[in-house]
Amino acid sequence: MERPILEVKDFHAWFGTHEVVRNVNLSLHRNRVIAVMGPSGCGKTTFLRCINRMHELTPGARTEGQILLEGEDIYRMSPIMLRLRVGMVFQRPNPFPHMTIYENVLAGYLLNNIKLNRNDKEAIVESSLRKAALWEEVKDNLKKKGTFLSGGQQQRLCIARAIAMKPDILLLDEPTSALDPISTAGIEELLQELKKNYTLILVTHNMQQAARVSDDTAFFYMGELVEFAPTRQLFTAPQDQRTQNYITGRFS
Amino acid sequence: MTALEHALKELKEDVILMWIMVESQLTMARKAMLEYDQDMAREVMQKEKRINAYELKIDEQCEDILARYQPVAIDLRFILAVLKINANLERTADIADGIARYVIDAPEPFDHQLLQSSHLLEMYDHGIAMLADTRIAFEQENTGLARSIFQRDEIMDVYNLEALDIITHNLSQGSPLIRQQLLVLSIIRKLERVGDQAKNLAEEIIFYLEAKVLKHHSQTNI
Repeated sequence: MERPILEVKDFHAWFGTHEVVRNVNLSLHRNRVIAVMGPSGCGKTTFLRCINRMHELTPGARTEGQILLEGEDIYRMSPIMLRLRVGMVFQRPNPFPHMTIYENVLAGYLLNNIKLNRNDKEAIVESSLRKAALWEEVKDNLKKKGTFLSGGQQQRLCIARAIAMKPDILLLDEPTSALDPISTAGIEELLQELKKNYTLILVTHNMQQAARVSDDTAFFYMGELVEFAPTRQLFTAPQDQRTQNYITGRFS
Repeated sequence: MTALEHALKELKEDVILMWIMVESQLTMARKAMLEYDQDMAREVMQKEKRINAYELKIDEQCEDILARYQPVAIDLRFILAVLKINANLERTADIADGIARYVIDAPEPFDHQLLQSSHLLEMYDHGIAMLADTRIAFEQENTGLARSIFQRDEIMDVYNLEALDIITHNLSQGSPLIRQQLLVLSIIRKLERVGDQAKNLAEEIIFYLEAKVLKHHSQTNI
């Protein structure tokens, strides 16, 4: 079996004295969609933010244990380099309002002062927008502001911006929670395409979404990784009673 | 109680009611056969329509729950199991209906000596008891009781094989009740199917409660 793209070993995360992620051990494989779910406050978003070291940007936050990206400890890497390899898409679409669609796709390069020639820029913009299933809709309006787009299009623009950096992993923090059902369906369809090239880690409150789009699912409760299993197994025959209670809505 | 829990509770109650109706059909068909009561046999055939309607009602409830609540885990397994249980119960009711039709077709009362010697009555009681115990296992979520059905089905298979020898022997001895001998053998064949249906029901109960698929497994793996 090939080496996992991401290995999490004895991992803990705190905000001050409050331990929000407890002793997580996990191996994730490439070209899969991994859903991370659990009730509010279970540590799932914190866990996601640890994977690209955004957690440590919060004052008083700290971690213990290891996260290995292709065998390399992410806490021994430069955070900037790490975030080029581990992209992130947030809950609400957040294209840079002062930038055009074209500039938004290239924002990672512009903000990190990475120089590109015109041909490379155009190739990256077209390829990223195509992968984000947005090219046909915006190819004649690349000089318009990103905020000119609909909510679903803006989120796909944010995905294009993330994949423009050619990441290994894409973190998605409830990427459809602010979208209508049609836009949500569009993003979910896109995730299936994206997993051919990337490993996707999706935090979601929507259990049906986790069931629909993911290959593997991790269930967190009170900071603990309760169960990690192929999605089909977790949703038909969960091994832990807490998982069963949560997914069947009998959680007290 | 959530709306889903309420819907599942109502569904379970309806399935138990269907189960009781099917048991009652078998019991009535037995009585009609034993007492050569053709009116009672017609009543069994009449009630079969009610069972068919109830089967459709339970199917619709399952569809409604799947569409509205998208159940998962044990709830999903429960719905999948109920869909199959419902079909198995309807087929079991068809068996009662078939036995009732034999009573209607029989030109004379069944010979009680033949019913005893062929073990038909023992087999009948055994089949009804198996069906009742699967209902109790379903109602009480008792997988131990459900598992006991598998061995009991083997007894039904033995009865079925023995009956062929007995009837063949009777016919070779020049029994005058040729038509009755053949009817008894046909009823025994149907009762063997009751055992099979009870076994199917037990498999579904174990699937729903333990997430184990026992279909097409040998008994040693159960």
